[in-house]
Amino acid sequence: MTDILMPALSPTMTEGKLAKWLKQPGDEVKSGDVIAEIETDKATMEVEAVDEGKLAEILVPEGTEGVAVNAVIARLASEGGTASPAPAPAQAPSPAPAPAPTAAPKAPARHAPATPQEPAETDWGPTKTMTVREALREAMSLEMRADDNVFLMGEEVAQYQGAYKISQGMLDEFGPKRVIDTPITEHGFTGMAVGAAMNGLKPIVEFMTFNFAMQAIDQIINSAAKTLYMSGGQMGCPIVFRGPNGAAARVGAQHSQCYASWYAHCPGLKVVAPWSAADAKGLMRAAIRDPNPVIFLENEILYGHSFECPTAEDFILPIGKAKIERAGTDVTILAFSIMVDVALKAADALAEQGVSAEVINLRTIRPLDIETIVASVKKTNRVVSLEEGWPFAGIGAEIIATVVEHCFDWLDAPPARVTGVDVPMPYAANLEKLALPQPEWVVDAVKTFF
Amino acid sequence: MATAPDKTRKLRKNSEPMDRDELRDAYANMLLIRRFEEKAGQLYGMGLIAGFCHLYIGQEAVVVGMQHCIGKGDQVITSYRDHGHMLACGMDPKGVMAELTGRASGYSRGKGGSMHMFSKEKGFFGGHGIVGAQVSLGTGLGFANWYRGNDRVALTYFGEGAANQGQVYESFNLANLMKLPVVFIIENNRYAMGTSVERASASRDLSLNGVPWGMPSLSVDGMDVQAVKAAGEEAVAHCRQAKGPFLLEMKTYRYRGHSMSDPAKYRTREEVQRMRAEHDPLDAAKKRLEELGIAEDELKALDNAIKARVQEAAEFAQSSPEPDPSDLFTDVLVES
Repeated sequence: MTDILMPALSPTMTEGKLAKWLKQPGDEVKSGDVIAEIETDKATMEVEAVDEGKLAEILVPEGTEGVAVNAVIARLASEGGTASPAPAPAQAPSPAPAPAPTAAPKAPARHAPATPQEPAETDWGPTKTMTVREALREAMSLEMRADDNVFLMGEEVAQYQGAYKISQGMLDEFGPKRVIDTPITEHGFTGMAVGAAMNGLKPIVEFMTFNFAMQAIDQIINSAAKTLYMSGGQMGCPIVFRGPNGAAARVGAQHSQCYASWYAHCPGLKVVAPWSAADAKGLMRAAIRDPNPVIFLENEILYGHSFECPTAEDFILPIGKAKIERAGTDVTILAFSIMVDVALKAADALAEQGVSAEVINLRTIRPLDIETIVASVKKTNRVVSLEEGWPFAGIGAEIIATVVEHCFDWLDAPPARVTGVDVPMPYAANLEKLALPQPEWVVDAVKTFF
Repeated sequence: MATAPDKTRKLRKNSEPMDRDELRDAYANMLLIRRFEEKAGQLYGMGLIAGFCHLYIGQEAVVVGMQHCIGKGDQVITSYRDHGHMLACGMDPKGVMAELTGRASGYSRGKGGSMHMFSKEKGFFGGHGIVGAQVSLGTGLGFANWYRGNDRVALTYFGEGAANQGQVYESFNLANLMKLPVVFIIENNRYAMGTSVERASASRDLSLNGVPWGMPSLSVDGMDVQAVKAAGEEAVAHCRQAKGPFLLEMKTYRYRGHSMSDPAKYRTREEVQRMRAEHDPLDAAKKRLEELGIAEDELKALDNAIKARVQEAAEFAQSSPEPDPSDLFTDVLVES
């Protein structure tokens, strides 16, 4: 004899009405036959038999309301004793017990650097002057020479030599199989690159700008960032998504947006935003070698800027470590990407007014280098975060919440945020300038502290 | 309406029908899926499986027939209606069922559920919950084969509902442009959740959807495991010869709702019963096996062995522990 139980017919159903019996005692029942109709709060559903045999008795008459899920509603006599080696348990089983409500689980401490590596400020010896553009190209080329699984794909990266000439010459060196021109099809080629990474390759995907990656963001978040977790650790996705982010100059609202907080919001991604040529080269090498998906936010204006960059063959920078670009004692200014320039100019202006500002180049947005930030704020007791993105739920909001959580008692003034203005980017030259943080905005914010 | 060149419409060669042993294997694989899914439906009804649960009952011939065309090193990827694909790939029913019940011994250690399971060892790349996303990912699996210059093939399954997604056509374009070894398989079960293909697609013959890119294709009786295998062999051979992708439209049918909470008011009971009675892939294979001289007792013994295997999986899935609370924080990133 097999018990037929009141089934749950939706993720939330706990009881229902047994509306109608379509089989009667004595009827033969085959797997798949509809035996009854049940009404839930959402719909009337048909109940199909799972086991085969003769309906022996009905225990819950039709029309009964409030029948609990898993109550025995009928019994089935199995044919010949062989058809049903899997009788349902005589006692209605209950779902696996949910753990008793407890305090929110404690995430691993965020103080520890997520990827412990060598100290950030290793002395790498001799340097030479190079642009950010050259640094990015050199980093990709070095890693492609070292690892056949690394390749570059994107719009205009090969024959055109790169929309911003980052990949200039790379087609000649590596050939069309490793420097691949794609059609303008971000959603498709991003998904294809993620699939290639799941199958063991290490793609570098260039977005002509990160604005266009919005077409592909489902593949970046739902496929690249989450699959490791959803697979219990089996399916890694070693991939770099790179390209210019944020405002360039006079290209209007659809081509001038900072995506740092969009990507930094998501577990499963690392988010890097270099400023100098050394940042670009060292962090790009680390991003390519990283076994996780890395969002690499470049800046079009910085591509042509020159910096001193180490020439050492093995030069690399750790993801997750910020750099103190200028030491100071009175206030900490936190910035990333091109806003480091603005922060340094503000620090110069503040020095003239007798205020010593410490400028921290975040380099990595996620995982954030909380240690370096907290140590600096505990020293200066004042903090300003600076970003060109919008204020609401921006990186500044996260940084200031973090500072307040970790060193509230060290603060001598409320933390300040300097951000891009909360509007789509205007085209007119004067309006665009008014929408982007200027050094004076930082100076003004700092002056309120004293 | 567009018409395809004749050459894309016919099998190039008449495939040998499956011999007795192969058909018996195929029947056993289909039966395992059928019994597994029935049990999963039962466990769902008992509250042991939660959330979304999309059953494959009715479509078994598609994945089993295709699996007979590929070997080790090839890849399989599909949507959220994925239990059948996992079993066909040779994944352990115990690990699949334990994932459905959200236990630590599940394939994703209880963190994926019905729609998100993987086995690199068996060449199964998921289990994806966003309709159509697996088509671009599968193109990437094929891309990796192309990049390495091997002769491996990526079987990329999706429903006729997903066939309306833009990225499917971006993927068709990329795969044909680069000549990637991808077999795109549309499992046309006629209903995208509650919307019939006639109400969702202006294309009246989905096997022609690859024509603008020059993709060869076949329309296949997806309820006939031998027909599936014959078409699959041609498609896979085409890919192995580096001729680029191939499109297969499998005309199939799902007997159950879209997911467990589907009242199925968009089709008649009679339609479902007619398909079950007249086109069931298991009944057809069983009849053919009897014609080939396999005794009813042997088939009954096979059924009982499979039922016992599924029951063992169900018991394993109920007795395994839930994941440790500390697993909440693992597998977010690969620690380097």
